[in-house]
Amino acid sequence: MRPHPRTRVRTRTRARTTARARTLAATAVGCALTLALAGCSGTTKDDAKDDAGSAKEGARNAKADPDAPLKEGLKLAFLPKQINNPYEKIVDEAGIEAAGEYGGQAKEVGPSDAKASSQVSYINTLVQQRQDAILIAANDPNAVCGPLKQAMKRDIKVVAYDSDTHKDCRQLFINQASSEDIGRSLIQHTAKQLGHKGEIAILSATQNATNQNAWIEFMKDELEKPAYEDMKLVKTAYGDDDDQKSFQETQGLLKAYPKLKAVISPTTVGIAAAARYIGGSSYKGKVVLNGLGTPNQMRKYVKNGTVEQFSLWDPEKLGYLASYAAASLSSGQITGREGERFTAGELGERTVGKDGEVILGPPTVFDAKNIDDFDF
Amino acid sequence: MRQAGGKDDAPVREAGGEAARGEVAAGRRRTYAELLRWDTALGVLLVAVLLAGAGGTEGFAETTNLSAALNDTAEIALIALPMTLLVVAGQVDLSVASMLGLSSALAGSLWDAGWAFELIVPVCLLVGLAGGLLNGWLVTRVGLPALAVTIGTLTLYRGLASVVLGNKAVADFPETYAQWASYTKTVPGTFVPYPIALFAVLAVGAAVVLHRTRYGRAMFAIGAQEQAAWFAGVRVNRIKLVLFALTGLTAAFAGIVHTLRYGSARADNGIGLELVVIASVLLGGVDFNGGKGTLGGAVAGVLLIGVLNNLLTLNDVSNEIQVVVTGVLLIVSVLTPRVIAVAGERRQRRTAAT
Repeated sequence: MRPHPRTRVRTRTRARTTARARTLAATAVGCALTLALAGCSGTTKDDAKDDAGSAKEGARNAKADPDAPLKEGLKLAFLPKQINNPYEKIVDEAGIEAAGEYGGQAKEVGPSDAKASSQVSYINTLVQQRQDAILIAANDPNAVCGPLKQAMKRDIKVVAYDSDTHKDCRQLFINQASSEDIGRSLIQHTAKQLGHKGEIAILSATQNATNQNAWIEFMKDELEKPAYEDMKLVKTAYGDDDDQKSFQETQGLLKAYPKLKAVISPTTVGIAAAARYIGGSSYKGKVVLNGLGTPNQMRKYVKNGTVEQFSLWDPEKLGYLASYAAASLSSGQITGREGERFTAGELGERTVGKDGEVILGPPTVFDAKNIDDFDF
Repeated sequence: MRQAGGKDDAPVREAGGEAARGEVAAGRRRTYAELLRWDTALGVLLVAVLLAGAGGTEGFAETTNLSAALNDTAEIALIALPMTLLVVAGQVDLSVASMLGLSSALAGSLWDAGWAFELIVPVCLLVGLAGGLLNGWLVTRVGLPALAVTIGTLTLYRGLASVVLGNKAVADFPETYAQWASYTKTVPGTFVPYPIALFAVLAVGAAVVLHRTRYGRAMFAIGAQEQAAWFAGVRVNRIKLVLFALTGLTAAFAGIVHTLRYGSARADNGIGLELVVIASVLLGGVDFNGGKGTLGGAVAGVLLIGVLNNLLTLNDVSNEIQVVVTGVLLIVSVLTPRVIAVAGERRQRRTAAT
């Protein structure tokens, strides 16, 4: 490059520039020191008071009236992790149908990407639309907290389902099955298939998914037991609940770990993509695939021998239960306190557990024998 | 890259012999051009959308909704300011959302380690500045194209964010600061949340720099014809370096705002946000080839996307349709000036033929 027209000027003033640079550096150091000093007396984690729960307490002071009838014309909104997820669609549609049984109006709205920040703007608009209850499958337990508290302050009931929020930010959590049951049983089933021996890998959803991470923790805990000393978890891969990415991650896992004996995918998107890859490769019948999937997605792979068994709770019942729980809350039958009871339509009477949790029941195991009894 | 001054001079010169008539025609055309300026049109559209929303959608004009809708654009709006300057100068920075994530992840991990929040903020800003300088250095000293460099750092900074925080999410940030970023606390007497108030002040500053100072003129010159600007004595590399540094700094600050606003520091915060920022800027009529555009247009672009999304969500329009609406607007924004230019040329040719 040719010298810039201004270079001459620059050489003349070099001495001055160096002096200026030195002054600048000194100022910078000074600033840093001041900041460090300020930092010593600043706000740290220990000072941060948790004012959480105040919004909920207000709502809780209201008394539950177990005999109150379900109100007519309740407005409910389901806010799934993302709208084009087939599993969430089944849950929400069942919930919307249930609302028809008790004369309520329900709808499903949500982002097309599984991001907490996208859910936040939806919560704000739902508050603005004066819904009676918001049902949310949270993409992040904390990021959705602020707006949900605002909703509760304005007497909108909040029910989390499928993936929980921080417990101060909702009145109820409808848990599909206890996380412990899911995590431990996935390892137990897979171990039985493997004869308690060999390398295994997990193909999860996103790195931050609340429910998947909770299950994986219990899987790891289960693996600590002496019965599994010959089994080794070599890697947890993340397919981001994206079909393409999950497919590629499965491919990568089997390439990187030639001794891999099983893949566990605790997400419906992941297991379907993994089954598609394994079913079309030489690993078919040699590598065990287990996890959580829907019968309609997995039927083909169970019949062609790629997958021996997988499990899931009934997502329709989850949506149904969540819908009734939200209606009972909005009608004042329950407030979310432990021990309160409500009737969930054809599912019968349910009790609110610790921390406002209502558990749907143990997961169902699907295999070649029973898969044709289910259609979802 | 576009030739400098191509827009207005050429028709007059071509009109040649019939000078008087040519000038009159050019004058009239300029008035049309003024009227049809994209950023003005966009401002009008924004006002129209606001009025339509206030009239036809229940809950839209309420202050809580407006505060929430405005605050939802906070990070995009903040980053759009330096991005506009960059695009005017013919550059682009795709690493901004990753820098936002890195800043958020760093804030989370330092907060978790017991650092004071007052110290975390400057550290994050310094990291942003360093990241911006790295982009600028690679572009100006190593001579790589901005697009290539920042695609690289997009991956690099997001990767670093994962290294810093892993798959953890850190929450429970100090209430006073969280309040500052929240839409529930607004500048007294208005419905404007603090991050947006800050954005407004910065926007005025950026507009003055871009349209009223020699630095702004230098940015337009670089975007229009870099070589010519260089020969005219503009310090091309220095200005580019400063712009990249500013962009990194702002992205890191937006990371802090994002972290406080959602009360959650995560490595994957703001994924894909860079495209929304760039879409807003382009929607605002800033030419992706550089050398053309206004800051007001970019601000209108940001607000229009934010307001439209809020309005459509309130009316239960599905997210897919919202994305389509934004996409169509964007294409129209790129196409319209082009169509006007082509139509102008045709008319010019016809005038010259008679």
